[in-house]
Amino acid sequence: MFDNLTDRLTQTLRGISGKARLSEENVSAALRDVRMALLEADVALPVVKDFISQVRSKALGTVVSSALNPGEAFVKIVHTELVKVMGEANDALDLNTTPPAIILMAGLQGAGKTTTVAKLARFLIEGRLGAKKKVAVVSADVYRPAAIDQLQTLAAEVGAHFIHSTPDEKPLDIGKRAVVEAKKVLADVLLVDTAGRLAIDAAMMAEIRDLQASLSPIETLFVVDAMTGQDAANTAKAFNDALVLTGVVLAKADGDARGGAALSVRAITGKPIKFLGMGEKTDALEPFHPDRLASRILGMGDMLSLIEEAQRKVDKRSAQKLARKIQHGQKFDLEDFREQLKQMSNMGGMTNMMDKIPGMSALPANAQSKIDDGMFKKMAVIIDSMTAHERHFPDLISGSRKQRIAKGSGTHIPDVNRLLKQHKQMQKMMKKMSKKGGMQKMLRTLQAARPAAGVRR
Amino acid sequence: MSEAEVKNDKGFWRRLKAGLGKTRSQLATGVGNLLLGEREISEDVLDDLETSLLLTDVGVSTTKEVMDALRLRVSRKELNNTAALHGALAKLLKELLAPLVRPFEIRKDRPFIIFFVGVNGVGKTTTIGKLARRLTAEGLSVLLAAGDTFRAAAVEQLKVWGERNEIPVIAQASGADSASVVFDAIKAAQARKVDVVLADTAGRLQDKTNLMEELKKIHRVVNRFDANAPHEVILVLDAGIGQNAISQAKAFIEAVDVSGFVLTKLDGSAKAGVIFAIAAELKKMGLTKPVYFIGVGERVEDLRPFDAGDFVDALLANE
Ligand SMILES: Nc1nc2c(ncn2[C@@H]2O[C@H](COP(=O)(O)OP(=O)(O)OP(=O)(O)O)[C@@H](O)[C@H]2O)c(=O)[nH]1
Ligand SMILES: Nc1nc2c(ncn2[C@@H]2O[C@H](COP(=O)(O)OP(=O)(O)OP(=O)(O)O)[C@@H](O)[C@H]2O)c(=O)[nH]1
Ligand SMILES: [Mg+2]
Ligand SMILES: [Mg+2]
Repeated sequence: MFDNLTDRLTQTLRGISGKARLSEENVSAALRDVRMALLEADVALPVVKDFISQVRSKALGTVVSSALNPGEAFVKIVHTELVKVMGEANDALDLNTTPPAIILMAGLQGAGKTTTVAKLARFLIEGRLGAKKKVAVVSADVYRPAAIDQLQTLAAEVGAHFIHSTPDEKPLDIGKRAVVEAKKVLADVLLVDTAGRLAIDAAMMAEIRDLQASLSPIETLFVVDAMTGQDAANTAKAFNDALVLTGVVLAKADGDARGGAALSVRAITGKPIKFLGMGEKTDALEPFHPDRLASRILGMGDMLSLIEEAQRKVDKRSAQKLARKIQHGQKFDLEDFREQLKQMSNMGGMTNMMDKIPGMSALPANAQSKIDDGMFKKMAVIIDSMTAHERHFPDLISGSRKQRIAKGSGTHIPDVNRLLKQHKQMQKMMKKMSKKGGMQKMLRTLQAARPAAGVRR
Repeated sequence: MSEAEVKNDKGFWRRLKAGLGKTRSQLATGVGNLLLGEREISEDVLDDLETSLLLTDVGVSTTKEVMDALRLRVSRKELNNTAALHGALAKLLKELLAPLVRPFEIRKDRPFIIFFVGVNGVGKTTTIGKLARRLTAEGLSVLLAAGDTFRAAAVEQLKVWGERNEIPVIAQASGADSASVVFDAIKAAQARKVDVVLADTAGRLQDKTNLMEELKKIHRVVNRFDANAPHEVILVLDAGIGQNAISQAKAFIEAVDVSGFVLTKLDGSAKAGVIFAIAAELKKMGLTKPVYFIGVGERVEDLRPFDAGDFVDALLANE
């Protein structure tokens, strides 16, 4: 697994020094790494191939500036191209038509269509797209048990007008009836949920094609699970061929999947990704940001900016080491912890570093002030008083060892205990941060835990 | 399984193979297709083979392991033509899956408690409905526990499956504590002398710590009731999901000691090659966990026992 593409590329391109031009040979080697990283992220192979050839032509002849090492420079090129591929089109919903503006949902079984209908309804009702809208919803899913009940419950929750349907109606009839009713209640928008269907199920694909023809929706959104593998290519192609898609919703993007399916679907359909589903609740719908997803697909999480910032403050090697340690949180023992404490003080201490980690500054000030730099010095001294064996296997540190360490560092046993506990927490945090998008999630956890932890606002 | 069912299953695999062949889009060429006939093994053949494995979600590292093993044998002249290569590949893939084959069995414990866990929308509830049909057909009494108290109409959905199978569903109001629902269900099963409890749980992404803790809690509650329970913890995996399935397997194993898998939605165009990567991962962890069933549709009868040989043959099917 190539969790850290930057590391790998740095290895691959180690022969090149600053100011060198990328040559045919080293570009090819680097592109092999990129190919691997994209495949690990579940980008469909045909899409990977196209993308790689695009990056190749961009990278050839590029001058590597001395500010970045060639690996980092290469990642930047790849990242920029990825953003370009994913984000060129306008991503807003188009509702500019005689009301009701009809939005039709389509996708595989369990992708997240019904939930997305509820989220979109809420989005529009709350006026997050222009003026507040009156929204009606209807389910044309006459197959899945309790699919209609599911939408009814969600409609009530978000305050959308629910148009009844029953499993013995035909989807086409439901659609026609819904348009009439939506007009009658003066709805601005009508959201039409449909049953999940396999792209290879000819009868079901014909059904939704007929439904689209009958409704002429202004938007037809393809909902795809962010965890989808290589099949995203086949499915996206089949749905795009059968229907006139206008956009894509990437559901379940709140997980730790790298989300390569987004790139596959975007590349194959040419249709913009309009929203990300970021949770099960009805408010968890976010507009799509190509740059964030690009980092995630490349397996860099939010570490790219940290690397860049760190680079300015400390020498390149230790910065990379720091990033690596964070990436490989699993192996984070006390030796690493001490190394990190040292790096932190080099970088102007934790308080300073926190400012540079995206989103960290959003922490309440007094939570931030709890992080005290003097504390870190003491911790380093305690670790210094341990044997190498103890640093590698902190679990071995027994009562008598603690006594010796406390004595050696001029501290007390509770201090040693606190350090061991903090190291454990740090280890956990590192593990979380090493996951894609982990930093943001960690922050969310921190913030969610805030009131319980008794930190005043 | 009755003889008729066996026959039915064979027929199904034929259909599945035909289906897989048909669905192979212009983007992907079938693995088997590449290896048709007795052509010489060129570098192109090997590259295309690698491509095909990647296209079924086998994943980079497992594909590399498989390809390295094959290349070695080619370089030693042990494999001289594409037909031999095809045979060697099929054998290798079947060996990888061998530890994942173990028939599903309801052991002596009563009530026999089975948990269904997995990420959102993979097919847990539907699989419960299908398995209930299989078990009642074997003469066992079954009761369903509506442990998903979170998702809208999850309870109603399970109730429909209860009606279809004419079996009781124990449920509380939406938002109730799911451990207490499961506990209620076990009590009810005991009182009514029911053989098997199938417990549904809400879908959850494996990196959501609080939700995984909730799952552990349900597990603990049941375990306190009977030290051997839950008797099976089944992780449902969606064939469409790519490399993230590996992380799902690891996380759910760690949290609730998953005892086996079900692969759903194999009637689609996704081929679930990630199961090879999961097999490799399990091996590294020193674990053996079976794939009990595969889901091949949305109807109550669309659940089949997993057969590694057939699975690999379907994957490598010729057009
Ligand atoms: N974590 C997370 N879960 C989601 C998201 N969107 C949907 N889900 C969950 O995914 C599961 C399936 O969602 P549905 O909305 O029922 O999917 P669907 O496409 O309508 O499914 P079918 O109608 O059966 O085809 C449910 O458990 C949802 O709660 C998301 O963005 N994040
Ligand atoms: N084609 C096909 N669809 C399936 C299969 N198994 C389940 N489904 C469909 O997948 C969708 C989701 O199934 P559910 O059983 O609701 O999934 P779940 O895991 O319980 O979902 P949550 O409880 O929301 O997490 C439904 O539309 C099912 O009909 C299968 O083997 N093949
Ligand atoms: Mg639905
Ligand atoms: Mg369910």
